[in-house]
Amino acid sequence: MIKGLKKWRLFSLLAVFAVFMAGCGNEEISTFQPAGQVANDQFKLLLLASGIMLLVIIVVVIIYTVALFRFRRSKLGEDHIPEQVEGSHTLELLWTFIPIVLLLILAIPTVHYTYKLGDVKAMGAVDEDGNAENLVVDVTAKLYWWEFEYPDLGIVTAQELVVPTDEKVYFNLIAADVKHSFWIPSVGGKLDTNVENVNKFYLSFEKESDGLKDGVFYGKCAELCGPSHALMDFKVKTLPRDQFDSWVTAMQKTAEEPVVANADGEEVFSQSCIGCHAVSGVGESGAQGPNLASFGDRNRVAGFLEHDEENLKDWIRDTQKHKPGNTMPSFSEDQISDEDLDALAEYLMGLKVAK
Amino acid sequence: MSSVAQKSGFGATLWDWLTTVDHKKIGILYLLGGLFFFVLGGIEAMIIRLQLMTPNNDLVSAGLFNDLITMHGTTMIFLAAMPILFGFMNAIMPLQIGARDVAFPFINSLGFWMFAFGGLFLNISWLFGEVPDAGWTSYASLSLHSPGHGVDFYAIGLQIAGGGTLMAGINFLVTIINMRAPGMTYMRMPLFTWTTFVASAMILFAFPPLTIGLFFLTFDRMFSGNFFDHTMGGNTIIWEHIFWIFGHPEVYILILPAFGIFSEVFSVFSRKRLFGYTAMVFATVLIGFLGFMVWAHHMFTVGLGPTANAIFAVATMAIAVPTGVKIFNWLLTIWGGSIKVTTPMLYALGFIPSFVMGGVTGVMQGAAPLDYQLHDSYFIVAHFHYVIVGGVVLAIFAGLHYWWPKMFGTMLSEFLGKITFVFFFIGFHMTFLIQHWLGFWGMPRRVWTFMDGQGWNIANMVSTIGALLMAIGFTVMVINIIMTTVKNERVGNDPWGDGRTLEWAIPSPPPFYNFPATPLVRGLDTLWIEKMEGSKEMITPAEPITDIHMPHGSIIPMLMTLGLFIAGFGAMFQQETSWGLGVLIFGLAFTFVAMATRSLKDDLGYYVTKEQILQDQENIKRGRN
Repeated sequence: MIKGLKKWRLFSLLAVFAVFMAGCGNEEISTFQPAGQVANDQFKLLLLASGIMLLVIIVVVIIYTVALFRFRRSKLGEDHIPEQVEGSHTLELLWTFIPIVLLLILAIPTVHYTYKLGDVKAMGAVDEDGNAENLVVDVTAKLYWWEFEYPDLGIVTAQELVVPTDEKVYFNLIAADVKHSFWIPSVGGKLDTNVENVNKFYLSFEKESDGLKDGVFYGKCAELCGPSHALMDFKVKTLPRDQFDSWVTAMQKTAEEPVVANADGEEVFSQSCIGCHAVSGVGESGAQGPNLASFGDRNRVAGFLEHDEENLKDWIRDTQKHKPGNTMPSFSEDQISDEDLDALAEYLMGLKVAK
Repeated sequence: MSSVAQKSGFGATLWDWLTTVDHKKIGILYLLGGLFFFVLGGIEAMIIRLQLMTPNNDLVSAGLFNDLITMHGTTMIFLAAMPILFGFMNAIMPLQIGARDVAFPFINSLGFWMFAFGGLFLNISWLFGEVPDAGWTSYASLSLHSPGHGVDFYAIGLQIAGGGTLMAGINFLVTIINMRAPGMTYMRMPLFTWTTFVASAMILFAFPPLTIGLFFLTFDRMFSGNFFDHTMGGNTIIWEHIFWIFGHPEVYILILPAFGIFSEVFSVFSRKRLFGYTAMVFATVLIGFLGFMVWAHHMFTVGLGPTANAIFAVATMAIAVPTGVKIFNWLLTIWGGSIKVTTPMLYALGFIPSFVMGGVTGVMQGAAPLDYQLHDSYFIVAHFHYVIVGGVVLAIFAGLHYWWPKMFGTMLSEFLGKITFVFFFIGFHMTFLIQHWLGFWGMPRRVWTFMDGQGWNIANMVSTIGALLMAIGFTVMVINIIMTTVKNERVGNDPWGDGRTLEWAIPSPPPFYNFPATPLVRGLDTLWIEKMEGSKEMITPAEPITDIHMPHGSIIPMLMTLGLFIAGFGAMFQQETSWGLGVLIFGLAFTFVAMATRSLKDDLGYYVTKEQILQDQENIKRGRN
């Protein structure tokens, strides 16, 4: 009876906890609202760990409070000399043994999930025709932007990761200059992008980003990487598989049928920007600047500014003001006149692949 | 107090402090130096929090913010927390073991000056406008990439200060091994002495890796070495391993002495022997050992692979066991005691729930897959401030109020002390509790600003207001210190009335030779035993009063460090200036000349005669009656 009661208590405690935690934070960025298997596993581990830890805190606080109330000198009298006890082997063994048991309860799922989340064996798997079975994305972190290459599809994009839902997506992560760290809080825990080696892991996206506030999940750089570390954001768009496939097809088409919303703007672009930025989604990673093939579809300018022409023009005029330490040069009026800048902005905003 | 003739006047006093080799005076120097840097680091912290009070704030620029976080972390760990703890160790530990001095008074002084000049070197970077900006961890790819001399200030400054720390550690180790009074067996040492001992042993093993790491970094940046430059075959992850093999033990080097202070405070103000003393000692040693085994839990997200992560996860969790033993032993120390809530006890009582909360979040991060979410988020910021502020800083405040009368002979105001506690404690929880949630809600740490609309605004505002409360609390403490010093009301040997260890058996402040006759130790809590037996003198002497040998003061430690300080600037500017190399050579030569002087000049110290000591004792007695 008592045993059953205790279990019931623990369970309800955890349930209350889960409801409480799931209620907070913004859906597009909170780890409390997991949007995929990886984040979900991590959330389960969080609930278990928090439950155990809360239990420990409660026990300590109870003993502490009782002791504080019962054994005050003001109550016992100024001259009271307490018994000078040495200690108690039974008690000490008890509070050595119980923590060990509690830690074992936590350690077993920890080891299980460590191996589960680290399993990237399926990464290179191919079917009978030699096609890759799983989607692999190569991520390159740079000062202060992200490049996403889909090696099996021959396309590349930047700042906005587009992935299909309900399947494992495998990532190869590397940094081009200094170390960064790739983190999409609501989809799963982070992994560093080192400069000298490729790190691999997988995430699974089980919720379409369509219904979110901005229509995207938020991704962050989690490792200090210089002045604009705080601004090294990226966004994640998750689509059902068929929509993802059509996005890929549209991206692949940008090589032959470039979108031109403003021909003058294209002219300006080819004079001033094309040295660093590509407008074709077909290609490989390693560009100087972010690939702009799907710029018009994006959610932000430079990863963090509101996506409108005003901000875009501001950005081009003075990049250092917005993102100190980034490597893009600013363009003054001598280099790009006001009219040219208007045309350029319209052209860039027209670079869309999603209809 | 001393009857040895001393010159008076400002110049003589200054010279006395510059040349002192008395462990109690060096303790005070460490304390003052540490508090100075604590204020500096605190100001940096306040600017950080003000910048993050609202979204898109532009109080400071992005570059300046990184300077601030780097200097805040570095200053608080290396130049505030550790030196203040060293202050207590120097001032109190030799008294607790019944020693007249530390093993190497000259090296003790050298250690202090290296800390002082190292700290100065680091902070002079503010005047040059080129401040370290790669975080207190200075991860290699970023620290190599960082332009200007900022990271050079970090590498050289910490190299000098770190040398001082290593010397202090060795000195404490040898002192505790060799200079205990007769009868003071290891298992009769007060817990603060024990934790000093284990922390010093950890310094001995943890600081050499830091020295090597900083050496590599210096050579990479200044002399085109390629230890970390991956384009030339170096490896940046090596830096992370080296740094954390030092860095993880470092947090235990800080927390163990804090545990020691709380152990003393709990048992004194519960009027009770420390519960499970043997287990406490064993737990201390075990924590010291495990502290070296778990460094890679700082690197779960680096990509070490599941096997390494699993091993380090389980090893990390294991530390919770000895720490838990300690917590429960403290609880059982106050259980059944006679608790008097003085200011030091208030800090100790505040410590228990705060540190338990900080400890359990450490276990949560030990679960590697969970750490993938938590690492480098605000959760981490919350965790380590909970253990370092909730553990180390509360211990420093407790120790400050507890030992102030012993060190300065006058008692800090209990009333103001309690006001400090209330502001600081509430402010502390307000600042950092909410940051756990900020981490869960996706806020990365070390961000200079954050965008509106991510759900972080209110929490950041709350956090900043909490920080302001902490600043108010600390200001009250500074006022308390100034008022107490001005009033200067002298106190007797044992102002708390319940002192249990040897330091409370001698006058406050103690005479420069500590004990007129070495005490005989007959058990744990020596003074308590004497009190219970109704002993009048409170000390059973182990020997008759005889002449005491004391070392002379010396200016050489300061000069040796000055040379290194000058050489540091030379090394930094040797590439772009013609005079840099010359200054480097001059500085090093200066140090070597000072060292040679020390080696060649015989200084056998002097004797305090028996007559002087007896005269002194007579004066003390008369003063008391």
